[in-house]
Amino acid sequence: MSVPEPVDELPINTGDDVVRVRQAVRARASAARLSLVDQTKLITAASELARNTLVHGGSGVARVETVQRDGRPGVKAVFTDDGPGIVDVEKALTDGYTTGSGLGLGLGGSRRLVDEFVLETAVGQGTTVTVIKWMR
Amino acid sequence: MDRVPILSLGDVLLVSIQVDLQDESVVALQEDLAERIVDSGATGVVIDISAVEIVDSFIGRMFATIASLSKVLDAETVVVGMRPAVAITLVELGLSLQGVRTALDLQRGLAALRQRRAEREIPLADESDEAVEAPAAARD
Repeated sequence: MSVPEPVDELPINTGDDVVRVRQAVRARASAARLSLVDQTKLITAASELARNTLVHGGSGVARVETVQRDGRPGVKAVFTDDGPGIVDVEKALTDGYTTGSGLGLGLGGSRRLVDEFVLETAVGQGTTVTVIKWMR
Repeated sequence: MDRVPILSLGDVLLVSIQVDLQDESVVALQEDLAERIVDSGATGVVIDISAVEIVDSFIGRMFATIASLSKVLDAETVVVGMRPAVAITLVELGLSLQGVRTALDLQRGLAALRQRRAEREIPLADESDEAVEAPAAARD
């Protein structure tokens, strides 16, 4: 048995990469013994965010790791791109608002699916979204 | 890119999603299905997602698109086999799957399509009454 890498670092350049991010998050969430519903929520959020990275950022990177707080395991996923950034963050988090061809549920929806959600963005400098789901 | 196979079962097209779908495969499935509905004259489409671990907004939108698309082509779509965890996540994500008919499993999905077909056969009888009067109009 090989020891898992402390952090999975996955490029996001194609649709296949989005699938690979989902799989990496699934493996971590299962290893951290998240409930099936929580695993599903986290993987779904990761899928939305990885697609955002690809569609809005052009490309980017996902970093997935297992974290601990007060003895409780969790899974953290960080999505980073060097894209145009988000002009109006509040609007971007509103359900139904979209600048692309999607449904506008990606950011707001994924925020509801996780325990912690941090969005850092600057116009012209890209966007980083960090999400964490803790074992209950 | 994985292409999802479409099986023909009488006048129903059956799609069983067994792979982790990437967006391009989702788009290809929509196009393949539209073609198959027209080619086969199918009246129903069943999409089995019992093996699908997550439905995000892109895949959810595909169900809605296929449902409207098949309606335009005179077929009905039923999505069957959604896992409980997927259902919980979908609702929390904010996806309502409006216009998408669902059933708990394949058997119930096929039964729903059969029932719909039976309902459609009643108005056909009315049409045949009109057909009797049609020659009158044709005489003019």
